[in-house]
Amino acid sequence: MAKVVLTYSFARQFAGGKTEHEVSGQSIRHLVRALDERFPGIGDRLNEDMAVAIDGVIHQNAFLEKIAPDSEVCFIPALQGG
Amino acid sequence: MVETLEAAKNSPHYKTPVKPGHARGVAAGFWFNVGADSSAAAHVGEDGTVTVISGNPDIGGSRASLALMAAETLGVDYDKVRPVIADTSSIGFNFVTGGSRVTFATGLAVVNAVRDMIENLKGRAAKIWEVEPDAVIWENGYAKPASSNVGKFEPLSLAQLAAQAGKTGGPINGHAQLNAQGAGPGFGVHIVDLSVDRDTGIVTVERYTAAQDVGTAIHPSYVEGQLQGGVAQGVGWALNEEYIYDAKGRLQNAGFLDYRMPVASDLPMIETVLVEVPNPSHPYGVRGVGEVPIVPPMAAIGNAIARATEVRMLDLPMSPPRLSAALDAMAPKRAAE
Repeated sequence: MAKVVLTYSFARQFAGGKTEHEVSGQSIRHLVRALDERFPGIGDRLNEDMAVAIDGVIHQNAFLEKIAPDSEVCFIPALQGG
Repeated sequence: MVETLEAAKNSPHYKTPVKPGHARGVAAGFWFNVGADSSAAAHVGEDGTVTVISGNPDIGGSRASLALMAAETLGVDYDKVRPVIADTSSIGFNFVTGGSRVTFATGLAVVNAVRDMIENLKGRAAKIWEVEPDAVIWENGYAKPASSNVGKFEPLSLAQLAAQAGKTGGPINGHAQLNAQGAGPGFGVHIVDLSVDRDTGIVTVERYTAAQDVGTAIHPSYVEGQLQGGVAQGVGWALNEEYIYDAKGRLQNAGFLDYRMPVASDLPMIETVLVEVPNPSHPYGVRGVGEVPIVPPMAAIGNAIARATEVRMLDLPMSPPRLSAALDAMAPKRAAE
């Protein structure tokens, strides 16, 4: 299972303050779906407001990115840039 | 980051002792860089030249960089490639033209469009030779048989294939669209020597060096220009640029005559050290360049001012009125010492 890391504010708002979670899924889409089932409402926020770092590589649009079973997935606030 | 720190440490600037009356500051900065949406197309003209079409205005040399990558992918000379910037209705959507994404993301789209065109070219050669498409390879600007088993055929150039395009299926084009991921972060280490006029608070930048991990520098002089432009903007942010309002909230410096930005006479030649650590997510190792160099200047200049004056400025800009006031506030303490 992938290790998912949430920011403190997301963890407080949706996950009882716990920032690290073990989640199954083959892609970011699957991880978000699984997290939303566990913490209703978090899915839309993760999809709309957050960028993702998968094993240390930042993705701005990671919807379909693949996840390895031992991946570390950090949801981080999305910043605009260009 | 380590490579960039080492490059800064080994730079002529860092190895040169600080001149009397000057003070030195060093700072490092980071930007994650951006990929996102890009569209590109390529087509072969009937004379064998290639047009590459993309949708981001050229604000820092991107046309040259895109043409270089297209030429490299095709194996032809750079002067055979003509880059054209089209609008959204012509080429499709491209995300913003900014400081770090065009050569990376639109460059990737151009490379993919050219690769798509090469598949088309190989298919045309296969038709001419009456062989299977996978029996053809593309090498150094020519279609060639993949092995001697395919048969004995003279290589076909772009111009030869273009001349027969009408007989083999019509125009030879390629297209690509993508949402580029893996932009690859960039790191910069800046060194500044400056002097401070204690009476006026005016800071003069005497020497400046920017070392940066730029990935592969596709067009090195344009990359250098990106670093120099970023530093110039950073120096303005550090020392002068601000909106000034009166007591009623009216902007007092709405024009460029009053909004103080550094001009050429305010700055020394900005030295650059290009540290080339290829980005593994791009076929030519490109990573964004233009946004990183605006990150370190404020801290580097703040550090140098602190060393020169023993005053740590905590607000930007560190403009003459602010620095002068801070120095005046320090004067009684200095006198007591």
